Amino acid sequence: MADLITLTIDGRKLKVPAGTLVIEAAKQAGIEIPAFCYYEGFSLQAACRMCLVEVEKMPKLQPSCTLPAADGMVVHTESPKVADARKGMLEFLLTNHPLDCPVCDKGGECELQDMVFRYGAGESRFTEIKYHQDEKQWSPLVYYDPARCILCYRCVRVCDEGLGVGALGLTYRGVAAEITPSHGDHLECDECGWCIDVCPVGALTSGTYRYQSRPWEMNHTGTICTHCADGCKTTLSVRNGAIIRANNRDRSGYNGEFLCVKGRFGYDFVHSGERLQSPMIRKNGKLEPVSWSEALAAVATKFSEIKARGGKFGVIGSTRTTNEENYYLQKFARQGLGTASVDHHRTGDVPALIDALSGKTDALAAMADLYQAKAALVIGADLAQQHPLIAYQLRANYRHHKMAAYLVNPGASREEQYAKKSVHAPPGKEMEAVASLAGELKGHEDLVVIFGASLRGEGVRQLVSFGDTLGIPVKYVCLVDYSNSRGAMDMGLVPELLPGYRSVREAGMEPGLALDEMLAAKDLDALWAVGANPLESAELASSAAFVVVQDLFLTETARRAEVVLPAQSAYEKNGTVTSVTGEVQKLKAGAKVMGTKADLEIMGLIAKEMGLNLGIWSPDKVFEEIRRTVRGYNIPLPVVATGGAAQTTPVNGRVPAMPRPEHIRPSGDTLFTSGTLGRYSKRLSSVMEAPGELFKG
Amino acid sequence: MTFSPQLEAKFADLITHYPEGRQKGALIPMLLYAQDEVGAVTPEVIAEVASRLNVKPVEVEEVIGYYTMLWRHKRGKHHIQVCTNLSCMLAGGEELYAQVSKKLGIGHRETTPDGQFSLEETECLGACSWAPAVLVNYDFHMKMTPEKLDRLIESLGSKQ
Repeated sequence: MADLITLTIDGRKLKVPAGTLVIEAAKQAGIEIPAFCYYEGFSLQAACRMCLVEVEKMPKLQPSCTLPAADGMVVHTESPKVADARKGMLEFLLTNHPLDCPVCDKGGECELQDMVFRYGAGESRFTEIKYHQDEKQWSPLVYYDPARCILCYRCVRVCDEGLGVGALGLTYRGVAAEITPSHGDHLECDECGWCIDVCPVGALTSGTYRYQSRPWEMNHTGTICTHCADGCKTTLSVRNGAIIRANNRDRSGYNGEFLCVKGRFGYDFVHSGERLQSPMIRKNGKLEPVSWSEALAAVATKFSEIKARGGKFGVIGSTRTTNEENYYLQKFARQGLGTASVDHHRTGDVPALIDALSGKTDALAAMADLYQAKAALVIGADLAQQHPLIAYQLRANYRHHKMAAYLVNPGASREEQYAKKSVHAPPGKEMEAVASLAGELKGHEDLVVIFGASLRGEGVRQLVSFGDTLGIPVKYVCLVDYSNSRGAMDMGLVPELLPGYRSVREAGMEPGLALDEMLAAKDLDALWAVGANPLESAELASSAAFVVVQDLFLTETARRAEVVLPAQSAYEKNGTVTSVTGEVQKLKAGAKVMGTKADLEIMGLIAKEMGLNLGIWSPDKVFEEIRRTVRGYNIPLPVVATGGAAQTTPVNGRVPAMPRPEHIRPSGDTLFTSGTLGRYSKRLSSVMEAPGELFKG
Repeated sequence: MTFSPQLEAKFADLITHYPEGRQKGALIPMLLYAQDEVGAVTPEVIAEVASRLNVKPVEVEEVIGYYTMLWRHKRGKHHIQVCTNLSCMLAGGEELYAQVSKKLGIGHRETTPDGQFSLEETECLGACSWAPAVLVNYDFHMKMTPEKLDRLIESLGSKQ
């Protein structure tokens, strides 16, 4: 910590570290200095002159966004002179501004509007005709209205510095100056839409939200994005049960304001016309809509019958349903159906990492660690495509702390822009390349290692042994692909393990069939797929199998089913999910889709029909049971309840039985694809960059 | 994209005039020279110059938008710039501009369909003592009169 200096702002004496900007020092004291161009965490611009303050003994007003606090400084942030200057600045900003607030998307949450209101700069002395340029569409998701733009450069900076995309710039000059996209008249970028969110006025608008609603007409619900495993908080703005917009402007969640195209725009699958809204039963070879009671009874009768004759079940859970649902499903399968054949679509070898870290504490990195680590080693992952938040965290770490990044990838990735060293190594040869970096890695204070699914089983163990030889604190992240992939593993949706990485033998069972084996078993009697689509790329060998599917859409698996039960998406229900870094966060229901039920409720009702006692099926009750019984999940409840992220404490002990790594199949999703779910988001495929490619830089 | 050997040599030399890590300072001269050869700053020129100087394409776009001397569409073989700033205006610059515009049938920053001429109303050429001034490519024509201008355009036209 730098030396503390003392300054006075608006008569309050403050102690801040030397070098703190006056605008930040004021913020710490609860004094807001208005600014358009200043944006915390990004480079300084000093373009808007809104943050001018009066500093005693300085002859002119000073921009507080670039002025470092000095000892003995006396600052006035709201003196008449300052207010007058701001009023003048606003009059200038409004010379060509169209003042079309009544039809502007930003109206009601516009910083320019707020400032004009605050300083009463409602009158203009300009009588000249306003310079006007028409609005432009840059992509299906991003529109730009140059007339409203106040040229604060926020969009330019978040795109360039925050994401490393650099798709926006400023062109022309004087009154004609405007923001320009990377390719003349259109954008080729990540389509994340952050530029729209940071825009203090309505210059950048969202192709999906524009002219849909006034900001005060919506309810806002903070929940967790259901696409990749990074666990970004996305705040859904909902009107009449429909999601109209998603962003995270309140910076709740460990992602701050960051969201990728999936988090900000990829919610449209919720209201897709293809959503299932009624249970269906196959009658005369065709799926016919039926009532819930008929469908549930059919499932319960058949399950009970197969169970009674000792038939063979296969139960496949989801990588997107909640921890409570996954826990309940494995409990249903093991205790209710008496089968050990439970699995999910595995995308990373988490058990191998947890086993290899036996005896170590504090060795699993949290999302915040990625921003603090002194060095990072990325193995087999195109982060900007596959894990946008991790990519953002590392880039921010480099930008603010000069973190040293090392890459071992099969091809180019965006992280090469700033990486200290990048080695291209094909899958299977990574460890040799990693070993060659040992000398350099040892020179750092600490290290975080992020590895993809190409390292599994023995590879993970080798990696951890390698980490041990470095002699510095090393933390690990095992990448998995979907929003609750990690939770599905933690909750024991694998043949070999109970929740909390305990052997199924503890429950007096032998490991059952893995996912691929269930599909290949010719004598399978029943397949129960909860939010999973295993038949997307495989055939079901058993033609007689009774298939029950709980899903949002009529997927390949659902088309094969005898009974289809319409489920809710993550945006419609409560519960918890566990991110790629093992952090548990709460889902909160935002949207409503008629006719659907949460998977937990569906399972609970089936259990009831079958006369099973598996406990109360409310998310809170099941979570309580998880906290009590699943190792690592005894996390502080207030943190989760208030919308924070609580990291599960590492299971400090050997994993007694290893799920077989050959059943891991990485999804290969890019920034614009998201498994089966992504196919039903028209927006993700509407942009020209879709579907994107991995390891192309 | 490749340029002529002369231009490549010029670029190679240009780069050496800037300190290590600051080569992007060569952006404006490179664009001007490339424009002289290609006739315009085309998307290919933008991509090529951006990659040679290791800057993002959007940074090149920014510069092109800012400087009026960089054109995205083709200039004529003879690029006529007529000064209409104060000294030239007082000496008949605006009339000269109107004359060229009428004679060639093109306006400000336009090019004749045959690609021979382009016209631009320009800011001060620094030739106030010899106003009115006209610039054709890199050649000054000073103390212009309507007759001299007519003759000039005809002689340029016959040089096809």
